[in-house]
Amino acid sequence: MTIKAKTCRVFIHIVLILGSCVMIMPFVWMILTSFKSVTESTSMNPFMFFPSQWRIENYIDVIRQNNFLRLYYNTFSMIFWNVLCAVTFSSMAAYAFARLKFPGRDFFFGIVLFQMMIPTQIFIIPQYLMVDKLGARNTIFALVFPGLVSAFGTFLLRQFFKSIPNELEQAARIDGCNIGQTFVLIMLPLVRSGLVALCIFTALFSFKNLMWPLIVNSSTDYATLASALAKIQSAYSVKYNILMAASVLAICPMILVYFIFQKQFMQSVTTSGLTM
Amino acid sequence: MPKNDLDAAYQEGLKKMKNQLSRAKVNEWLWGWFLIAPTTIGLIVLNIIPAIQTFYLSFFKSGDFGRGNIFVGLQNYVRLINDQQVWFAVRNTLLYTLLVVPIGVFISAVIAVLLNRNLKGQGIYRSIYYIPVIATPAAVTMVWRWLYNHHYGLINYVLKQIGLKPVNWIDDPDIALISIAIVSIWSTVGYNMILILAGLQEIPQVYYEASNIDGANAITQFFRITIPMVSPTLFFVVITSVIQCMQVFDVVYMMIDVARPSYDRTVSLVYLFYNNSFKYLDKGYGSAIVMLLLLIISVITVIQVRLQKKWVNYTN
Repeated sequence: MTIKAKTCRVFIHIVLILGSCVMIMPFVWMILTSFKSVTESTSMNPFMFFPSQWRIENYIDVIRQNNFLRLYYNTFSMIFWNVLCAVTFSSMAAYAFARLKFPGRDFFFGIVLFQMMIPTQIFIIPQYLMVDKLGARNTIFALVFPGLVSAFGTFLLRQFFKSIPNELEQAARIDGCNIGQTFVLIMLPLVRSGLVALCIFTALFSFKNLMWPLIVNSSTDYATLASALAKIQSAYSVKYNILMAASVLAICPMILVYFIFQKQFMQSVTTSGLTM
Repeated sequence: MPKNDLDAAYQEGLKKMKNQLSRAKVNEWLWGWFLIAPTTIGLIVLNIIPAIQTFYLSFFKSGDFGRGNIFVGLQNYVRLINDQQVWFAVRNTLLYTLLVVPIGVFISAVIAVLLNRNLKGQGIYRSIYYIPVIATPAAVTMVWRWLYNHHYGLINYVLKQIGLKPVNWIDDPDIALISIAIVSIWSTVGYNMILILAGLQEIPQVYYEASNIDGANAITQFFRITIPMVSPTLFFVVITSVIQCMQVFDVVYMMIDVARPSYDRTVSLVYLFYNNSFKYLDKGYGSAIVMLLLLIISVITVIQVRLQKKWVNYTN
């Protein structure tokens, strides 16, 4: 029995390790290729796994030619504003939807649900036309624009606010807090895990988004990491070492953040999944 | 006299309370409206009006950048029905969804079940499987495109080493959609796995203990306890995956250029929408395509919600 259980365990580990290799392998290959020369990366005979010489020049080239510092700046500003707007406005609305009674509440919450149920592509053309009319194409504002408010965030945080017992809120009100103070001082700290989850979701979503930056900011000065990669790919079609260097540069900030806040990332998935 | 006084005082007190109550009520209303104002106004401007506008635009032939729109009635929809490429896109999108969702959810569930046994190193495995979820699809697809490369790709090299024929992963019209599906499955397994794992860990251990006493073996337990108990989580995973798959764009866009021979067999509805709206600048036709997408997603979602009664088990 124990031997059977042990072999079973070993077998499970082997399966999981093989799976892990599949998950990791593309990243390893990306990093290895990014340090090779063009001829090395395309040499089949002899096939090279490791670069004979680790060429940092690839990175320097790609950073210089594509103004990566600017791309980082654009991407992080976009993420910063999106997260700030989503967290501020969604927590306000979510608190009102969850805890206050006022006329039109259900109707307005219906709007939130409507947005969540409809594929986002429906909004893109008019949103683009609006940005165009405002003369705001090729700006940071244009990148942030569709994410100024978040229906998903409102829905998610509403679930969190709903799960807080009534007594706490009543106690605060009896102690003389008005609704705004109760919200900011008492309720917000209680939904901290929801706020963290929303931050992570919003940041990841806007970091990964490709279509909107591609449409709205055609100038490379206002591209994000994702949309710049699309352009870099067509510019360097066969220089895979350069392309891989660009990819490494594009994903490493988020991977770093992930390694630091791993626990929060995992929790954000489970909390959101289970509250839906 | 004193009784009358008391009565008056009582009445007055009641009035005061009522006043205060209604003041408190109005106060609550005002706060409510104030707090939802940014989100509601934002959603109306950014989503409600645009949704209506897209529907409206689908009856127009658009000139350059929305100027000179000409009303064409149902012409965009007639064109849609007769456009072979639209039907290619519908077929590709559905086929892609049928590939990615069942295989992806199955793999995620298997990994979640394997991880659920308090395995040593569970945390490390979880972190590793989640890494592809973090990476930008644009970057990830570029890497896979390199791995898939017909002449110099790692995958074909390995295939050659073990004596198999190299595959033309990207340009072979019969294969390209599968290649795209592989990338998508690879990058979503971690996310779904974590959700399913959380669902598994919610199952009270008592159920297993009780069935152990009743003499149930592991396989019976799996089908009689595990599956029914995680079915709500599985349903959530399936329904969100289907909606996401129907909107696939990034991977196809980065992998297949319009000029590739496999374009017709891989173009997705959203990719077609993008090309028509922002490349060929026919926003009216693009709007019609997106309305078709909305219709298909709605139909599929309604079917799934109907079917859920057959297999999803809500205990409360």
